[in-house]
Amino acid sequence: MGRWLAGRVLQALLTLAIATAAIFWLMRAAPGDPLARLAGERQVSAEEVAALRARYGLDRPVSAQFAAFLEGAVRGDLGVSISHHRPVGDLIAERLPASLLLGGTVLLVNFTVGLLLGMRQALRRGRAADTALGMLSLAGYAMPSFWVGLLLAWLVGVEWRLLPAAGMRDPLLPLDAGALERARDVAAHLVLPALTLVIVSIAAPMRHQRAALLEALAQPFVRTARAKGLAARTVVWRHAWRPALFPILTLFGLWLPLFVTGSVFVESVFAWPGIGALAAEAVSARDYPLLMGTALLAAVGVVTGTLVADVAYALLDPRVGET
Amino acid sequence: MRCSTRAWARRETAGGAAVRRRLGGVWRRPGGRIGLVLLSAVAAAVLLGPLVLPDPLAQPDILGGANLPPSAAHPFGTDPLSRDVLARVVAGGRVSLLVAGLAVLLASTLGTLVGLVAGYAGGRVDAVLMRLVDGVLALPRIFVVLLLLAAWERVPLAALVLVIGATGWLAPSRLVRAEVLRLRSADFVRAAEALGCGPGRVIFRHLLPNVLGPLVVATTLAVGDVILLEAGLSFLGLGIQPPTPSWGGMILEAKDVMVTAPWSSLFPGLAVMLTVVAANLLGDALQHDDAQA
Repeated sequence: MGRWLAGRVLQALLTLAIATAAIFWLMRAAPGDPLARLAGERQVSAEEVAALRARYGLDRPVSAQFAAFLEGAVRGDLGVSISHHRPVGDLIAERLPASLLLGGTVLLVNFTVGLLLGMRQALRRGRAADTALGMLSLAGYAMPSFWVGLLLAWLVGVEWRLLPAAGMRDPLLPLDAGALERARDVAAHLVLPALTLVIVSIAAPMRHQRAALLEALAQPFVRTARAKGLAARTVVWRHAWRPALFPILTLFGLWLPLFVTGSVFVESVFAWPGIGALAAEAVSARDYPLLMGTALLAAVGVVTGTLVADVAYALLDPRVGET
Repeated sequence: MRCSTRAWARRETAGGAAVRRRLGGVWRRPGGRIGLVLLSAVAAAVLLGPLVLPDPLAQPDILGGANLPPSAAHPFGTDPLSRDVLARVVAGGRVSLLVAGLAVLLASTLGTLVGLVAGYAGGRVDAVLMRLVDGVLALPRIFVVLLLLAAWERVPLAALVLVIGATGWLAPSRLVRAEVLRLRSADFVRAAEALGCGPGRVIFRHLLPNVLGPLVVATTLAVGDVILLEAGLSFLGLGIQPPTPSWGGMILEAKDVMVTAPWSSLFPGLAVMLTVVAANLLGDALQHDDAQA
């Protein structure tokens, strides 16, 4: 198990290194360079552009730039944002909590409510409840997230005035407001963006859980448990549920990045101050260091998610670690 | 010696009969039937609609004709620039579907080639290619696409197709590789090799036709994903550029009048939803049919 784990971690680091190289290469491969655009927009002299190029290290050979980028990334130094004139690492650290809150809420709902709905579908296979839940979740998946967000912000936020439709905190909240009142304020702002993301993404856990449970229910040991006369509830929860958990673990690992990156579209629509909105801002400002920083954070999220899922898999299924 | 396997390399995927059988299998499933009907309706609307609808770019009366609610003259209402929303939804569908179709075709072709080579060559080639795929897959597609598209002030249509296509080959390459690994030691492949067929012939005449089934399913499902992606990019201003209408771009242009004229963003969103639902229903039906065949 120890050796297997070490190998797995090494593989994850290799993947991350390739992803880092890919980010760097993508930025280089993209036509144009950020400073040329800057020079075109404002009255900047050639000397000033040259000075800026030197400041951002763009005058050095590509290999040296990559080495510097890699070295900085390992130390947690992601360069300086062109539009904010501040270290990318600081900006990401400021925005991370909002994305953690939004992504965490969505993951929690999807992997509780979503799984329960998927189980219900499997147990009612082919009946009206199964079909209706399947169609509803597909319709949710098929809607553009930003569109759902705009509709909810309009209906719930503006027309019915039930919940705040933008931001994370009420700027008019008195300065002496207590912790409870502040928490309630953030929670009210959280509802619409979280609901939007759940609507467009709950289909995946539902479908996976439905398929996994159907497969587990067809296994011989489930038939044995039934034949022993165990109650249907016991059969599902004690016997069929555990093997049905494995595909869900992989899915959870795939989704973990949502936790750190939030959503580019939904965060933009609701002005939720997370990493996704930061990436969207970086795009419109053509702020490459900032965009690369958020992409790198996303890659770390993906690699960690896969690793966590694999380790959890190995802990639950001892056969994995043995070979 | 030239290898000759034509006599018994008969494939069920080839020929019109197989296509008819396949469509029949899809039609027998309620989901597949709804998907086919919806998709045909969308295709007919975007192909024939522009013949009878007003010019989607015309701004007949900016002062008095903007943000009109749906009526007989304008079934979907008019947008902030007094343009007919129905005409724009239809014209936008043409562009969106064209971009999605071309991008998915490019992605599937690239992915199939990489998957065939990696799966058949095995060994070091396979290891290097798949590590590369893992590394790039670790970057969420949206970030790769944003990094690439941010380079343009106004994204050209061809660049949009290339970027979406070039970022979509990873999943199909894995799928094709897995299928090839499964088939590599099958009797018909062994026999072809024993008869002296070169790798090129084995890959394209024997392996490729047999991976088409799962590939068609994945491609159909990918069309839905790409339509959503393109709508999102156009919403961020990085996709199809105005004044050319697109579903995502229409929602962007109308988001500020959401409260007073919701129809100009409601209908393009519904069009996306309808098309993506149709592609998914069709893909699911194909998949079930594939599993049974």
